[in-house]
Amino acid sequence: MDKLLEILRSLNLDIDVETETGLIDKGILDSFDVVTLVAEIDRVFGVAVPPEELTAENFNSAQGLEALIRRLPSN
Amino acid sequence: MERRAETIAVFLGIVASGCFYVPIDPQSPRKRMQLLLEKLAPAACVCSTDLLPLAQSLSQTGQLLDCGNLMNEQIDWPGLNGVRTRQIDTDLIYLVFTSGSTGTPKAVAGCHRAVIDYMEGLCQVLEFHRDTVFGNQTPLYVDACLKEIIAALKYGACTYLIPKPLFLQPVKLMEFLNSQKINTICWVASALSLVSALGTLEKVQPEYLRTVAFASEVFPIRQLRRWQAAAPKARFFNLYGPTETTGICCWYEVDREFALEQTLPIGRPLPNTDVFLLDENNRIPEPGAPGEICIRGTRLTMGYYGDWESTQRAFVQNPLNPHYPELIYRTGDVGRYNTRGELEFVCRKDNQIKHMGHRIELGEIETAATAQEEIQAACCIYESNRQWIFLYYTGDLTSGALMSRLRERLPRYLLPQRLCRLDAMPLTDNGKIDRKELKQRSEQHG
Repeated sequence: MDKLLEILRSLNLDIDVETETGLIDKGILDSFDVVTLVAEIDRVFGVAVPPEELTAENFNSAQGLEALIRRLPSN
Repeated sequence: MERRAETIAVFLGIVASGCFYVPIDPQSPRKRMQLLLEKLAPAACVCSTDLLPLAQSLSQTGQLLDCGNLMNEQIDWPGLNGVRTRQIDTDLIYLVFTSGSTGTPKAVAGCHRAVIDYMEGLCQVLEFHRDTVFGNQTPLYVDACLKEIIAALKYGACTYLIPKPLFLQPVKLMEFLNSQKINTICWVASALSLVSALGTLEKVQPEYLRTVAFASEVFPIRQLRRWQAAAPKARFFNLYGPTETTGICCWYEVDREFALEQTLPIGRPLPNTDVFLLDENNRIPEPGAPGEICIRGTRLTMGYYGDWESTQRAFVQNPLNPHYPELIYRTGDVGRYNTRGELEFVCRKDNQIKHMGHRIELGEIETAATAQEEIQAACCIYESNRQWIFLYYTGDLTSGALMSRLRERLPRYLLPQRLCRLDAMPLTDNGKIDRKELKQRSEQHG
């Protein structure tokens, strides 16, 4: 989780990344952030996020992302 | 106002009453909104009911009008007719803000005549019709949305304002296009790339697309090929044009294969628009040689609102015409013609970049940084491989603290991806900041 929070913090969002639950729905992330996140998750966790998993449910919060990373197979 | 249909009704209402509108993004930082309001001192400010508290907390808004109430107002026909008998086609229709290197955004002033001229040409080339179904991506506070709004009004066609969160959920986005039978999209290249680069098009194909246009930045050939494979019947257009000339002024329809390292040409001008190159001596360069892209025609906007100096620098007398007054717009973009006679974009003359579809003056970020008391010097570098903006600075402020100050002043798309504090700025022999050295550092930076 720490590594994930670090990635989220590096996006320079003006929010508390630990508690935020509307990263997508509130328009906090832009497309550049999403591409960066996907690339960083691949680099740090060795997990490739397929396009159908790019959903608000998975990307709205750090918890959602953590669950996604656990669920997906690592390379 | 937020990005929704009601906002377009407000635009039309303002124009119908003989005024011009200035869309302000309610998500931009407070200080920026306040700066814009002070610059404009508007007579009135229209906002949606839920944004009323925000508007009330700002000064210089003029009369505050709740859009929800406005819709139920009685129309004052005698008053309206009085206003409209005096309206002419060179009156303003909107102001749109673009990044300015001095730190104050510049307000480009569009007029009726230019919009009409632009839309006639664009609709003809892209073959918009009554049965065109647009999927709008661009925000309503930039001129790019005129394509869908005006064309839909002109033909009685349909435009969907696609909700922003969908652009981050590419599979759902493609499903939305299919479910609404959207057949025409004019998106910034980065929005198209997000879909194709993540492998979406192998999972869901867009079924109805017949026109795919992209503008505002270079569209990588690899991504273009993926879209072409997924929508084999669609026509693909590369569009180019600055806000100062109301919108798109050059177009190229993809008619051949390109190698991965090639870039698409920007092609040729829209009808009733003349585009030509000028060298440093204000002459037409030799065929194939680079020159500044200059634009001539009815579609020129009226200039930068309240900014005579910038206007007179960019909107100038046509140096090729010594006979009568004729304005051209100097884009600051360098172009050249290829052997097929198609115009190609080469680079910028200055420090302006295109980042995620936004036009950015790196100087605006530098100015915002050096405006902080603790900062001595600042220099922005765009690292094009990763598409990151680096801000190098010297001064007594941590990068975290500087970032939060920048956030108060700059919209999200202007915030650098990396802040790097230096003990000393690298300088060239004649004492200027050594941009080349910083550029190298940015490329090595992990």
